[in-house]
Amino acid sequence: MSDDSNGSSTKTAPPRFDGLSCPLPLRDYPNIVLGHGGGGQLSSELVQHLFLPALGNDHLATLGDSTVFEAGGGRFAMSTDSYVVQPLFFPGGSIGELAVNGTVNDLAMSGAKPLYLSAGFIIEEGFPIEQLQQIAERMGAAARRAGVAIIAGDTKVVEKGHGDGCYINTAGIGIVAPGLNIHAGRAQPGDAVLVSGTLGDHGMAIMSARENLSFEAAIESDCAPLHEMVAAIIAACPEVHVLRDPTRGGLAASLNEIAAASGCGIVIEESRLPITLLVQSACEILGLDPLLVANEGKLICIVPEDSAAPVLDAMRASEFGANATRIGTVVADRRKMVLAKTPIGSMRVVAVPIGEQLPRIC
Amino acid sequence: MKHLTEYRDGETARRLAGEIARITTRPWAIMEVCGGQTHSIIRNGIDQVLPPQVEMIHGPGCPVCVTPLETIDKALAIASQPGVIFCSFGDMLRVPGSKDDLFRVKSAGGDVRVVYSPLDALEIARQNPARQVVFLAIGFETTAPANAMAVKLAKDQGLANFSALVSHVLVPPAIEAIMNSPDNRVQAFLAAGHVCTVTGYADYPALCERYHIPIVVTGFEPLDLLEGIRRAVLQLENGEAYVENAYPRVVNERGNVAAQAMIAEVFEVTDRAWRGIGVIPHSGWRLSAAYRDFDAETRFGVGEIRACESKLCRAGDVLRGAIKPNQCAAFGKECTPRHPLGATMVSSEGACAAYFNYGRFVQLDLPHELAGQEVK
Repeated sequence: MSDDSNGSSTKTAPPRFDGLSCPLPLRDYPNIVLGHGGGGQLSSELVQHLFLPALGNDHLATLGDSTVFEAGGGRFAMSTDSYVVQPLFFPGGSIGELAVNGTVNDLAMSGAKPLYLSAGFIIEEGFPIEQLQQIAERMGAAARRAGVAIIAGDTKVVEKGHGDGCYINTAGIGIVAPGLNIHAGRAQPGDAVLVSGTLGDHGMAIMSARENLSFEAAIESDCAPLHEMVAAIIAACPEVHVLRDPTRGGLAASLNEIAAASGCGIVIEESRLPITLLVQSACEILGLDPLLVANEGKLICIVPEDSAAPVLDAMRASEFGANATRIGTVVADRRKMVLAKTPIGSMRVVAVPIGEQLPRIC
Repeated sequence: MKHLTEYRDGETARRLAGEIARITTRPWAIMEVCGGQTHSIIRNGIDQVLPPQVEMIHGPGCPVCVTPLETIDKALAIASQPGVIFCSFGDMLRVPGSKDDLFRVKSAGGDVRVVYSPLDALEIARQNPARQVVFLAIGFETTAPANAMAVKLAKDQGLANFSALVSHVLVPPAIEAIMNSPDNRVQAFLAAGHVCTVTGYADYPALCERYHIPIVVTGFEPLDLLEGIRRAVLQLENGEAYVENAYPRVVNERGNVAAQAMIAEVFEVTDRAWRGIGVIPHSGWRLSAAYRDFDAETRFGVGEIRACESKLCRAGDVLRGAIKPNQCAAFGKECTPRHPLGATMVSSEGACAAYFNYGRFVQLDLPHELAGQEVK
């Protein structure tokens, strides 16, 4: 197996089996497959083998939800994200709120106070103006709610059949207080692992809307801005080690990223995972694992043990953190594994998803 | 969901595991036939709480895993044809054929769609009258009624642009094949609860008698599985061999008679190749003569496609219960869920994938300090 991704070298390197990462290089798939956008191993390989070699620098290499940089004597965070959700409108939100809150949250995960966003629209020929107006109004409302201003924008129209209604890209800039140092690499053995609320709501809201599944009540997306909760966490514990919003790939992908970046293991307790009955039922029906399902208004927070209680109190007191709870502990483990203790007292590995999660047959 | 959480209670599970340990006096090998049960055993770590003498052998019950390579190659050939909309259950998309998988066909421009029910494929056919819509109809007795229903409706409604690539497999002939294999180690079976929902379990007493094996109809939740195992061990310890229903809240002896009638109308029994195992006589269903017009193999002329399986992959030995997944030399090396050699590594129900994803290290070397770690 050649260790460069264009295959031109004849030098062979032994396959790597570090943790759960895949030893096979990118060229395994000659074309982009859907899984490359799934937030799992395939996405990560695309970044590692294609984007980082071409674009890499010290800032980009941190691979956080947002990147902190210094300029003109100030400290800032920057982030960008594209939104291609279908359906465009779903229980609990729309692509408009997502496009604002998603980028606000990515900034907040560096401890930043979000300030300004840009918005780029790629619209398919034939898309109803009325829907575009609704999306824009919802974006405006979400931006006002989050206290950010959209100060730059762009519109492109592509021919019918070349897009799927409406795609939105937003980028954002926020300001970071001096002294904050929040990133995945800082998790330490003994730290407490907290989540801000129920898991899997957004992904299952989208899936249920797509598959026309109806339950006694609709599953609503948890789409929400988290920067105020982050400010409360920082006030309770300026030393906070890690913040992460578990979007694509769900809790499993985020915890594995934290384990990989910090060189630690993480042990969570399944019976403590906050998952609503509705989401659990929908996952059972579709054969999905709620730990791999996306969230849009939740964060993972890793803090020193003695700060766990005050930080939990701060999270619970904030608007979107009423169900915040502790789910586990960071442990010393060279293999950088995420393990879950099952209700019957056994342990299992919480694996990184490969690409898109595929529904099981029965 | 309340009915599910009841069957996941940790304390009751530990009590049942303790009871199994108490009644076990010597080594026993029990096979769970169904892939859904394998998934649950590994995901919940049930094998970790059993006494060391009770060994669970993971059977050939994952429909994705046993679907023959030839069927996958036929699916790929059909899905690559222009104008075809190819519909499949989700976890078939990553199953490797001889060269490709359906994901690659999709990324190369093929119209491959994930459906949750064959009736969705029928709806797609209705909405796209100018295109050929093909459904990959695989699975055990569990998925057969809905698949049969889709074909029957297509015929009744004159949906000439719908067809099915059928590769159904049946549980009882597989149990016989395992018992007849010379290196068989299986001493008792947990029968698949969902299969029995359809078929009932009237076929099983004859098997119990012929091979002197206990068969316990078992569900899928941790407590269901532990109860099934407990009853199997009890029979083994007492030298008994009969059919027991440990899943009575769902299964009765006769099964679903309406579903059986639907299957009997649309399908007929045929010999079937199982991936990694080979041909098992009378172990599959194909479309019956009255429905042959809806057979995608004939319609697309792919009946002659043949395939050879990887020599490294020992999925067959895994499926027969001869080795554990991690005893295969390729496990975790040449063969991972990201680059599977055999289908047992593809489906989340496959024994190899279940080991890799949930049990890979835990099985081997879970450090005690982690096992004992309490989350505060």
